[in-house]
Amino acid sequence: MKKTIITVVGKDTVGIIAKICTYLAENQVNILDISQTIVQEYFNMMMIVDMQKAEKDFGVIAGELEKVGEEIGVMVKVQHEDIFNKMHRI
Amino acid sequence: MINMFEVNETNKMIEQENLDVRTITLGISLLDCSDNDINEVNRKIYEKITRLAKNLVSTGQEIEREYAIPIVNKRISVTPIALVGAAACRTTEDFVSIARTLDKAAREVGVNFIGGYSALVSKGMTASDELLIRSIPQALKETERVCSSINVGSTKTGINMDAVRLMGEIVKETAELTKEADSLGCAKLVVLCNAPDDNPFMAGAFHGVTEPDAVINVGVSGPGVVKYALEQVRGQDFEVLCETIKKTAFKITRVGQLVAQEASRKLGIPFGIIDLSLAPTPAVGDSVAEILEEIGLEMVGAPGTTAALALLNDQVKKGGVMASSYVGGLSGAFIPVSEDRGMIDAAAAGALTLEKLEAMTCVCSVGLDMIAIPGDTPASTISGIIADEAAIGMVNQKTTAVRIIPVIGKGVGETVEFGGLLGYAPIMPVNQKSCEDFVSRGGRIPAPIHSFKN
Repeated sequence: MKKTIITVVGKDTVGIIAKICTYLAENQVNILDISQTIVQEYFNMMMIVDMQKAEKDFGVIAGELEKVGEEIGVMVKVQHEDIFNKMHRI
Repeated sequence: MINMFEVNETNKMIEQENLDVRTITLGISLLDCSDNDINEVNRKIYEKITRLAKNLVSTGQEIEREYAIPIVNKRISVTPIALVGAAACRTTEDFVSIARTLDKAAREVGVNFIGGYSALVSKGMTASDELLIRSIPQALKETERVCSSINVGSTKTGINMDAVRLMGEIVKETAELTKEADSLGCAKLVVLCNAPDDNPFMAGAFHGVTEPDAVINVGVSGPGVVKYALEQVRGQDFEVLCETIKKTAFKITRVGQLVAQEASRKLGIPFGIIDLSLAPTPAVGDSVAEILEEIGLEMVGAPGTTAALALLNDQVKKGGVMASSYVGGLSGAFIPVSEDRGMIDAAAAGALTLEKLEAMTCVCSVGLDMIAIPGDTPASTISGIIADEAAIGMVNQKTTAVRIIPVIGKGVGETVEFGGLLGYAPIMPVNQKSCEDFVSRGGRIPAPIHSFKN
């Protein structure tokens, strides 16, 4: 299974997780893990998700999630997990 | 499982420290395009390049999107054209027609540079090699994306001084023919010693004859990432310094390895090598000179510069080698003057001279790179500079190169602007004493004694 990492960074506000999760649910993206903190009023979240059942292309989902982020004023980034595994694991 | 700290570290490198993959270079063999009819050669070359490289740019963009890592350049290198055109080219114009074909093919597939308008003449020139060399000024004038390189020496063969003398004249002529664009043609022309067959970086990239039909080579970068890592260990001893560079180089190279494997898989073309070079750009925070300054120099060019660069180059290799199974190309730190903000500042302040740069090339990955000199510099002096660099490469068993731009109509104190990744540079003074009698002798400098290892 190829996992995908979604990171969300921005000023904290009500409903960030709700908005992102709603989008993921509507697009059959399964959430495997979520971690989240607030650092100096800045919202910082990382999700590990599985996109295997998603019908849309990776690029489309990445683009649409960025837009969802823009609407609530946060930056959303979608990346295959390999880039992190390669860099941080031997 | 990957944690938030690691994800943030990677993304910070990309977003704030200019981590990128500098180039995916597709090497294509054109040996099967040779023919004795020049039109047929051109047709075959165009067909093969546009067929194999059709998806190169879109695949690069796809990888960029999936990993959110910028891949700055997608490029092509081809078999040295002096070999491909040997049977068909009777005049320099025949060779120039191949340059135009390469340019057209590059434009068609959307790559910004295509390298391999080259000849390998480290021991002697064939008639075809010489024709190609003489066609370089016109070819670089008429084309936009073609890069040319000539290998004039090696540790095994010595230095072909006839070719060195000729290249001094060719560099001068190229400058003259492209003088409207501040002699920009010379920025796409490099004279090498010990040229590698699998270098993905321009202008010296070509697809060597020892290579397969097509191959993916990747050049990584990331001076900004190294600089940032070193800021965290300011004032600590050399052991900590070296360890930090190594770890950072490892991480950078792993990204390159991933991108190379993905590109290779998606394009169905075998993976060749990762080139570990730290390649600067004129952007703020993307400078090799700034790393050297972070190591402890007031300005690059100060005493200690060569030692600091030697250390940096070696640690980059040590960290990178473990990160990839196949490392090749040039692999080290590049020190192009016009493409590096810190180098430009040091040259403008008079802290960095041509002689100091020459010393630095003994320990870095390539040579005198993107250096603007006065337009009235004699061809024999340029040949002398090329001979000096080739000698350093030959004796030290490393690649060296000269990419020098005599800017026609400009002198010391003026600045030249090349634009984009090629940057801008102050014109640096050149030693005024003549070496005319030396370069006019003709013949070869023999291979050094330590090359006889059999």
